[in-house]
Amino acid sequence: MKKILVDDSKCLACHSCEIACSVAHSTAQTLYGALAEPTPPLSGMHVEPSGRGRGFPLNCRHCQDAQCVRVCVTKALSMNQDGVIVCDNNRCIGCYMCFIACPFGAMQESVVTSEANVSKCDLCVESGSDPACVTACPTQALVFEEPDVFSKNKRIKYLVELAVSG
Amino acid sequence: MCEFHQGSHSHQTIDPAAAEMIEKANRENVETTWDRFEQQKPQCGFGDLGVCCRNCLQGPCRINPFGEPKEGICGADADLIVARNLLRTIVGGAASHVDHSYMALHCLKEAAEGKAPYALKGADKIKSVAAKLGIATQGKSDNALAQEIVRAALADFSSYSDEPMGWLKATVSPGLLEAWSKLGILPKNPDREIRTAMHQTSMGVDGSPINLLLSSLKMGLVDGYAGLQMGTDIQDILFGIPYPVKTEANLGVLSHDKVNVVVHGHMPEVSEKIVEWARKLEGEAIKAGAAGINVAGICCSGNEVLMRQGVPLAGNYLSQELAIITGAVELIVVDVQCFMPSLTKVAACYHTKVVTTTPIGQLPDAEYIPFTPENADVKAQETIRMAIAAYAKRDAAKVQIPTHKSEAWGGFSVETIVQALSKLDAANPLKPLIDNIVAGNVLGAVGVVGCNNVKAVQDQQTVEMVKDLLANNVLVVATGCTAHALAKYGFLTPAGAKKYAGEKLLAVLTAVGEAAGLGGPLPPVLHMGSCVDNSRIGDLLGALAGYLGVAIKDLPVAASAPELQHEKAVSIGTWAVALGVLTHVGVVPPVLGSPLVTKVLTGDLEGLTGGKFLVETDPHLAAEGMMAHIRAKRKALGI
Repeated sequence: MKKILVDDSKCLACHSCEIACSVAHSTAQTLYGALAEPTPPLSGMHVEPSGRGRGFPLNCRHCQDAQCVRVCVTKALSMNQDGVIVCDNNRCIGCYMCFIACPFGAMQESVVTSEANVSKCDLCVESGSDPACVTACPTQALVFEEPDVFSKNKRIKYLVELAVSG
Repeated sequence: MCEFHQGSHSHQTIDPAAAEMIEKANRENVETTWDRFEQQKPQCGFGDLGVCCRNCLQGPCRINPFGEPKEGICGADADLIVARNLLRTIVGGAASHVDHSYMALHCLKEAAEGKAPYALKGADKIKSVAAKLGIATQGKSDNALAQEIVRAALADFSSYSDEPMGWLKATVSPGLLEAWSKLGILPKNPDREIRTAMHQTSMGVDGSPINLLLSSLKMGLVDGYAGLQMGTDIQDILFGIPYPVKTEANLGVLSHDKVNVVVHGHMPEVSEKIVEWARKLEGEAIKAGAAGINVAGICCSGNEVLMRQGVPLAGNYLSQELAIITGAVELIVVDVQCFMPSLTKVAACYHTKVVTTTPIGQLPDAEYIPFTPENADVKAQETIRMAIAAYAKRDAAKVQIPTHKSEAWGGFSVETIVQALSKLDAANPLKPLIDNIVAGNVLGAVGVVGCNNVKAVQDQQTVEMVKDLLANNVLVVATGCTAHALAKYGFLTPAGAKKYAGEKLLAVLTAVGEAAGLGGPLPPVLHMGSCVDNSRIGDLLGALAGYLGVAIKDLPVAASAPELQHEKAVSIGTWAVALGVLTHVGVVPPVLGSPLVTKVLTGDLEGLTGGKFLVETDPHLAAEGMMAHIRAKRKALGI
């Protein structure tokens, strides 16, 4: 199953992924249209300062054994058949345990309704195409790939660099 | 005349000649601006909204339109950042036009002092400009008067006083002077205003978005009078007032058996000399085995030599690389503004020489032939001979010249329009036009100006919008690359009047055209020149308002830049809204990140000057918006 993966050496911290995510989760689906909406659409992608490079785009990792799912007392959070961690708003009681449990800080409060629920990356599954953040990334720091393909590319890159420097 | 392109490149252009050359470029692996546009996608949302600030080295700072942060490091919010960036954009445009007119002024100074080989061909313009500047003309030679005019212009550039620019005061009505004075936007020395605006927008100076917007209006006036107006006035003195001339437009004007020389850029000091020496050295080209020398124009250099010499137009902004891709251009000579740095890379795929001519407009890998007013004859000969030498290297296997071209009429200066109308009423030349506007035969008028922009399908918004306007009996005047666009599809011909104009407009165009001896209707779109020649539109508006005894803001008119690209188009548009004209832009300018700036430019501004911006990317809705404005103005005038 494809994942959003990051080559943080390529991230210039331009925040384009955040803008694209907001637009993809707006009603208008366009930048100019999204601006005019009464409630600003949230981004599920967050570029934060990184210890290694300029920044690191962090989103919900959709963990196989997700801490947020484990701690959810009402079973509002679960992984669906697309491999996406989703929240059932009817079950969510707004206890914020998932905020505490998520090691990556991927959870944020939804602004869409007054109901207690969480807003986070949904991998843009409804769009039927690659996640908007990946498409928007001008340096291809963000990729949407099978993890094994990602690792293979990393191995090749490592060995090529080793050959050049060695 | 070419029909509109519908094929596989219809997302890039409606011009079939351009589509054919994009196809050829793809086949020959030559990269064009459309390829580079694809590589730039997606474009940065912060830049698109104008909320990126790079004015100090603590930055870059960006405002998140959907969340935090809402302020840059210094505390500037989106409104302030957008307003500062907008003023800097307008400074870029105004500086380009002011520098352009300054170069023309230098040329006139050298010519009038007998130091440069340019005859002063605009004797009538010398008299009219001298008159508006209050220079006594009696008993003075043209050269002596021209020198006085030059001194008057240079006085503006060296003015230390707080008096408004002399050229502006000499041009506009007392009503406008008063309105602009009340707003505190009358510019002084234009160079000083440009300097002050850069200072004002630097870190830690102006924190007031409204104050910055007022300075933007002032900068629009700097462009309008030290750029456009002075530029046209001086160029008409040097090269003559344009009169109607018939030529052709589109890549089909390039020749299979002549040496093709393309002039590209903006300065007629260069392009006029190229045309002159291409004619004089034709014998050398024939000796070299060619059938002669064919000069064609791109962008406003093309407009300048079309208006005064009848030189055909090869294409507008987005067609510049495509002209080289025909494989038939021996040499392209550029001066300043709007030539792509890619030209030398494209030219390297063919035998084409690229020649730069000014110290500020250099391209690595181009031939630099430094033109000055004094040496222009020598340098023009050198350029033409370089083109003739290149002809021998033309590779027939790479030549493919599209057949598409259209007849086109140009040269409609205000003087020409008045002359044509005076055939109907010698005492009151503007009366027939006014009478027809009052009677509703002409609903109103729109000036369609500006560029191409790779974000918009080449020529599409311009053509679709103008079709709607003409069908509804709105008279259209055009300049710049937009005039090229309309030339390509036959809008600048008498036949175009029959094809596109509404019934009432057609009757008026026919009456004027036949009285003026054209043997048919006037074209429904009048080509008024280059982008600095937007001043001609300003002159016409001033004359119409003066005749009616109303302000320009009360006239049933609008302006439009459907495919604007350059900073110059933004500063021209700002001048237009300062004049009180509703100004449509068909590409969204980078201001939407500020709710305040957006609201002022598209709304509140109307209460200050009478003008405002209409942002609309749909050509039909744009035409509707302008016509609604025109109808409202008619109603207010009681007609």
